Parts: sequence; structure tokens; C-alpha cells
Amino acid sequence: MTATQIPARVPTPTPTPVGYGSIPRKEDARFVRGRGSFVDDVQLPGMLYGAVLRSPYAHARIVSVDISAAEVHPKVRAVITGDMLDKRGMAWMPTLFGDVQAVLATDKVRFQGQEVAFVVAEDHYAARDALSLIEVEYEPLPALVDAKLALAPDAPLIRDDLDGRTDNHVFDWSAGNKAATDDAFATADVVAECEILYPRVHPAPMETCGAIASLDRVSGKLTVYATSQAPHAHRTMYAQVTGLPEHKIQIIAGDIGGGFGNKVAIYPAYVCAIVGSILTGCPVKWTEDRSENLMSTAFARDFHMHGEIAATSDGKILALRANVLADLGAFNGTAQPTKFPAGFFHMFTGSYDIAAAHCEVRSVHTNKAPGGVAYSCSFRIAEASYLLERMVDVLAHDLGMDPAQLRMRNLLRPEQFPYTCATGWEYDSGDYPTTLRLALEMAGYDELRREQAARREGGGDAPLMGIGLSFFTEAVGAGPRKMMDILGLGMADGAELRLHPTGKAVLRLSCMSQGQGHATTFAQIVSQELGISPDDIEVVEGDTDQTPFGLGTYGSRSTAVSGGAAVVVARKVRDRARIVAAAMLEALPDDLEWAEGRWQVKGVPSTGKAIAEIATAAHSGLELPEGVEGHLDATTVYNPPNLTYPYGAYVCVVDVDPGTGQVKVRRFVAVDDCGVRINPMIVEGQIHGGLADGVGMALMELMAFDANGNHLGASFMDYLLPTSMECPSWELGQTVSPSPHHPIGAKGIGESATVGSPAAVVNAVLDAIGVRHADMPLTPAHVWRAMQGRALRTDVALE
Amino acid sequence: MEISITVNGEDYRRDVEPRLLLVHLLRDKLRLTGTHWGCDTSNCGVCVVLLDGVPVKSCTVLAVMASGRQVRTVEGLERSDGLDPVQQGFIDRHGLQCGFCTSGMMMTARWLLDHNPDPSEREIREAISGQVCRCTGYENIVRSVRRAAELEAGS
Repeated sequence: MTATQIPARVPTPTPTPVGYGSIPRKEDARFVRGRGSFVDDVQLPGMLYGAVLRSPYAHARIVSVDISAAEVHPKVRAVITGDMLDKRGMAWMPTLFGDVQAVLATDKVRFQGQEVAFVVAEDHYAARDALSLIEVEYEPLPALVDAKLALAPDAPLIRDDLDGRTDNHVFDWSAGNKAATDDAFATADVVAECEILYPRVHPAPMETCGAIASLDRVSGKLTVYATSQAPHAHRTMYAQVTGLPEHKIQIIAGDIGGGFGNKVAIYPAYVCAIVGSILTGCPVKWTEDRSENLMSTAFARDFHMHGEIAATSDGKILALRANVLADLGAFNGTAQPTKFPAGFFHMFTGSYDIAAAHCEVRSVHTNKAPGGVAYSCSFRIAEASYLLERMVDVLAHDLGMDPAQLRMRNLLRPEQFPYTCATGWEYDSGDYPTTLRLALEMAGYDELRREQAARREGGGDAPLMGIGLSFFTEAVGAGPRKMMDILGLGMADGAELRLHPTGKAVLRLSCMSQGQGHATTFAQIVSQELGISPDDIEVVEGDTDQTPFGLGTYGSRSTAVSGGAAVVVARKVRDRARIVAAAMLEALPDDLEWAEGRWQVKGVPSTGKAIAEIATAAHSGLELPEGVEGHLDATTVYNPPNLTYPYGAYVCVVDVDPGTGQVKVRRFVAVDDCGVRINPMIVEGQIHGGLADGVGMALMELMAFDANGNHLGASFMDYLLPTSMECPSWELGQTVSPSPHHPIGAKGIGESATVGSPAAVVNAVLDAIGVRHADMPLTPAHVWRAMQGRALRTDVALE
Repeated sequence: MEISITVNGEDYRRDVEPRLLLVHLLRDKLRLTGTHWGCDTSNCGVCVVLLDGVPVKSCTVLAVMASGRQVRTVEGLERSDGLDPVQQGFIDRHGLQCGFCTSGMMMTARWLLDHNPDPSEREIREAISGQVCRCTGYENIVRSVRRAAELEAGS
């Protein structure tokens, strides 16, 4: 042996973990080095830049658009107007709910910030400059701002683009049993009623929306780099809008700087960028600015709710009724399964055993931006959960009962699962009382109430202390294909798993991470199934040429649906590996068992073959039984049998300054049950973020409008987001009720805390000030007014 | 206008429009895209870089104002012997999710630890209070900075 001989490669001394657990994220390496690939980071050769001219009016007729001065700007390469698009049949595009939305306005503008013209120039400063050279003559029309006036006889008609439309009504929808509910209300001891607004808010991800469109004139292939939570759905929609064949369209979603439902829809400027690329033959990048993001992209909520709850005098809830007016804005751009125009709002009986329930939802157009289903709302369960958790506190207030006791009295009991609620949802699993008890214990609920009583006795200028609870149940993982589709596309997810000859794997998924850590979590799922390290599994998402079809990531569906797909495809690989291992061991597949990450002859661990060895053999000359093709690769499409039902119990403690109305969140205890946790560190991170959303919506966030439809929250100066100073140090706990129908019992966690937390904060503030109800956001001014008995409507500033 | 600027120890000379923002110089002209852009109003802080060692929001600094000065961006954090403790702290304590605010948060954290090697939770929260994160609820960012302080104290 010589000194220069290359030593045999030795395994790494510390074994890499296999399977579930809090391992560091695979995606962090690039982000901490500033090496992410967000859409605005992408620079293509010869790329041009787009900018959008937007309407200053909420409602106006377009008299003329003069682009002559902009066109001769030395750096401008194209100016696109609605009329130009109209000639190509592209002035309107379908929305995700089957309505149409103007790409560039032709007849009227219908909300402030609506797209009117698109400039393509050599740099984005020049593109912005050229916007000011476009002359648009508008004839202002009365703006419809208040949804409650939308159906008044004198309300301005917004959608005169649609044949036969004579008013601003969009749909009426109802669910539940009206007769049974009416009967229960007629005979109940107590009925509590309340008007509750879930105001218009915005997901406001830190990265705004954007796209780069690049049409190759020779091959006819269109590549779109985009902030897309649903790349495959976007590809199908672009095919419909542009008339380009779908196999010539590639969507690349890259890294996404937060989505929260803001990046599910296709926005007009994406289509403009495509047209710009068609016209110029160059790639065209468009990245919106923050005001554009807040003014024109998918907002959330805007549900004006009337809740009624019927109960016995000792607090047994008998029935629930809700009457909702939904403000959808100028176009119906809600993103949810087709059969559910109000989303999953009708899961509004939440976590309680309520025998009868009925809800009616009416929706209208107003002169505001389209959207409504976003901001981690779980298809409007956010609205339902907030309504119910407020109503339960209102009932507790009216009965003089402790809200924890009232909840405990009415929670579903473990033996009731699987439980079908009054509006038809089949809850999969849970032990609600245990979860609530744990939250109350962690918070030290009784001690907190004693402290509160002592403070109240003390009086004076000391802060008012409030304790707020919420208990929520979500339905996530849309969904069973028979029940759920978007624009006719069934909500099942594909997965492909390749095993290379050396045993390294590539998992291709249709969902799309926006920060949820898919590259890590899904590698861990496969790792657990195949006994190989997560480091040896690459997860590919977001590029439609590289991944199987599926509906994307929103509604907390990734773990529930694509996670299921990842398990199933890994098990297919494992089953193929069994046949190959049997050939290696000269045994029958039935004689083998899967033990500790290896196939072995039953009871003989020394015969064990790991997946890596089997993968090598599967690619070798090893003789395989007749009909076995070799290799281990597999594909699947996972069609979930039901939704999954994560839930949780939250306790918030606040101190309110009686002189200013300033709220300080002192503590927040969150006990979540999302079934099996694959990477608990990532799960906790998801919860933390959602809790901050709750603090933001409850105390700060609001998109209000003046009487002319001017947006009063169009920048981060006016649309306030929670910072490190408003958020407490979160206290988390967990219970684990595996979903019986998910292949690994996981339920999903992405939106739970956003759904569950606003009610806990609001309930705490109202508990502190002793007010039955006041609407979000509970800003100091609003809290102070509520304390004086003069609460305001928060969503419109009509004076 | 002609400017000369030192970014992460490298000297650059560029002819720029007087109105060019530092964030756009870094991202579009120097192709250092680790510094992000998130709002028009210097509220969000995803664009924070160190200018002569002090955190600034690079969307509210003109490139010409940075002429003759030293800029340090996220790309300049990594050392020849490995990650900066701040980067390692963010990995160890799950201080990032989507990664968009991360660069700015880490630059502020670097500045904080340079001036206060053992910051309390309160001091960390104050240091990052001009920056917004929509994913983490700040908890793990605070823990990450504490972790970085511990790593630095231990090294």
C-alpha cells in the first residue's frame, strides 16, 4: 500500500436522522446567504419592465385613453390599453370563481387602483415615468362603498358589463336546517343576538406579487416566472386566457416571499406582461409596489354578520343562526371550491354540539378590489370561527356565565367522533375537553380570574385586565374530488418519486411552498417511509414542467393532500422494492417484512436490505420476476377521502390602558391539535405566525374606505402590521389526535392560528373593558370609544 | 452621476441616475439580490443593509448618498471559515420561513450583536421593531438572535 492511495470513503460519523422530528430546514441554507430566487431576483437577457397605470377613481366611465406621448418616450417599447386587448379578445379574463375581471379597463373603472394601461420599457424607472405621460379622461360616477347599501334602489349599478344585470346582487346561499333551527329558537330560554363585522383586511405578504413572461417566438413556448401558490392551475388558466396551447406554457414559481392566499389568483398585470412579451419578443418583468398590492390584490374577509344563538338558561347551546352580507368587491374573484360560493362558512357550529343550525349568505358587488378568500382563512372558516367564538362570549355575557365553563359545557365529546355537524361536515377525530383543559392549565386560568377580580376591586387608573378564550375547529385539505373543484379542476394532488441507482431520491409535488418548509417536511415524510435520510431526498415544486398536476398550496391543503400523496407514492416505491429485495434474497416477496427501514426475511434481521441497496439492484442486471419492470420509481394521484379537522384552544391575556384604550397583549397560550406533527419545529413556527396575524387583525389591521371609495389603507403607513413590540412571547402546547383517514394521521396546521386567534384577542379586550361587543380592529381610539358606549363601524369612514 | 461604493469589501464604480435608490443599485445594477424590497414607505425593513456599519433602509437611501461609503449586505455576512453566527442562529432556531425579511433581520441582528453582545429579549425586540415579518410572529427571530449571541460568546 502506498501513502497516496485514496482511502475508502467512510460514512459520516454522526448518523443523519431518519423520519419525523425537529430537524433544521433544508431551504435555510440559501435564504441565510441571500441566495433565494424570488421572482424579482430573476433577470433574463434582454428583459424589459412593465408598469401599470391605475384608476384614481373608484367608479368612473372611461372617455378616452391617449397613449401618444408615452409611446414616443425613448425607453418605452410598448403601451397596452384595454381597447388593444379587446381587439385580441383579451380585455377580460376569468376569475377563479367563474366571473370575469377586466385585464385592462375598457368601459369603466370599478375600483380605485384598477388596471387601465400597461407600459413596457427598458427599465422600471422609465416605465413608471411613462405612466405619467398617459392621458386618461374619466367621467366620475357615484361610488358604491357601503355593502349594506348595495341593493338599495338608487345604488349605482357596477356590473353593467354583464348582460341583463340590473343590480349589484351576486348570490344568495344557505346551509343547514331552517325549520329545525327556527323551532329551537322559538322554544329556547335565551336568545343572544349580535351584529358582528369581520372587516376587510389584507394578507400583505412581505414580497408583493409579480411575474416575468417570456415568449419564445420560435418554439412558441411561454415561460412565466410568477408568485403563484397554484402553478398548475395558473397554467390552465393562462391557456384559456391567451389561447396558447397548455403544453407550450411553463410556470416557474421559484421562491415565494409569503403567500397567505394573496398569490392564488391570477392578476391582470400578469396577463399584461404576457401580452408585452408577445408584442416585443422580449421577456417582460412586472413587480407591483406595496400600494398596488394593498389596493388591487386579493383582500380577505369583509363579512357583515348577524349572529343569533339559542340556549337553555343553564348554558346548553341549542341552535345557531347566521345571516351574512358578503362584500366581494367589483368582481367575484373568490378562490374556493365551486360548490361553496361562501367557502366553508357553514362549518360555523365550530367545536360545539349544536343540534340545529342555519346560515344564509348574500353577496354583493361594491366599488372595491375583488377577492375575499385569502389571509389564511381556510375558505372562510376564519369568519365562521370568529362569529361563533364571539357569539359564545356574548351568550356568556348575557347569562353571566364564565366563558370557559360555557365552552366546556358545549364542546363535542370524544365519543361523538366521527361527528356529523348540523350542516353536514364529518369531523374526523378529537378530544376537545382535554385540549381546552390543557390550555386553561397552562394559562393558570383560575389564578388569572382571581387576579382580575382583585384588580377590579382595586379600581383606579391601573390597566384593565382581560382574559379571552377561543376554541376553533377547521376543515382543511380540500378536498375530495367528488365534492371539490376550482374551475372544474378536481382538488386531487399528484406526486412522483424517483429513486436513483445510488438510493438518492427526488420527490416531485404539485403544491407550492411560500415559507412552510415543504422541502424539509416532505423529505421527512418520504424518509420515514423508506428509511433514508431527508438529506438524500430532494423535493421539487413550483415548476410545471418538472412536477405533476395538482391544485397548489392554500387552505392548509399541502400536508393534508400533497402530504398524503407523498406517503402513498413512497409506499408504492417500498412495495416495488419488496419485489426486488425478494429477488436479491432469492425469497418470495410474501416471505419478507419491512423492519427498521429495511426489507428482510421475516424474523432474520441479518438478511435486511436497505432501500439504497435495493435501488442499486433495481437498476442492475439482477434478474427480476416476470412482469417486473425494474427501477423503483412511482407516481400517484391522491384524492383525499375527507377533509381533516385540526382544532385548538387559545387563551389571551391583555392589559388595557383605561385612559387611552391602548391594548397590551400580556400573554398568549395556544394549544393546537393538528394530528401527527412531522417536523414539530416547523409546526410551531406556523402557529407563531398565525398568532401574530390574530393580534394584527384584532388590534390594528383594517382596509377602510371613504365615501368616494378612496382606499384609506393603501400603504404600510396606514395599513398597520404587528411588529415585535405588539407580539408577546407565545406559549404553545399540543395534543395529538391523528386523523383516521390520512395515511399518516396528519391534519395540517398552516392556517389554524390565523383562524383561531383573533377571537381570543377580541374576547380578552372586551372582557377587560366590560363591553358586550365592538368590532375589530380594536385600535386605542376604537377601544376608548367602545368604553364610552360609542363604538363605531370600523370599515367605512363616511363622514 | 459617477459614484464609487464599496460593497462587502469590493469596490464598484457606476454611472447612475441621481434618483436611483440604493436598494435598486444593489439589486439591479450590482446583482446582489439578497437585499429585498417590500414597501414604498420605509416601514417594512426587508431592505435593511449596513451603511458604514449602521443599519439603514436601503429603499430610502439614494445610491449617490452611499458614494464613497461602505455597504454591507447579507451576501457579506458569511466568513471564510463558515457562516456568521447570526446566520447559524437563524437556522438553529427556525428564525425564517419564507426568507423574505430574513436578510434585513440578520443585518440588524449583526449590528445589534456588534454593539451589545448579550442582548435581552426586550433589546432584541426593540432592535427589530422597525422591521416586519409576516411568517414567524417574531418569537423565533428573537430566539435566533439569542442563539447567535450564545454562539459568538462560545467561539
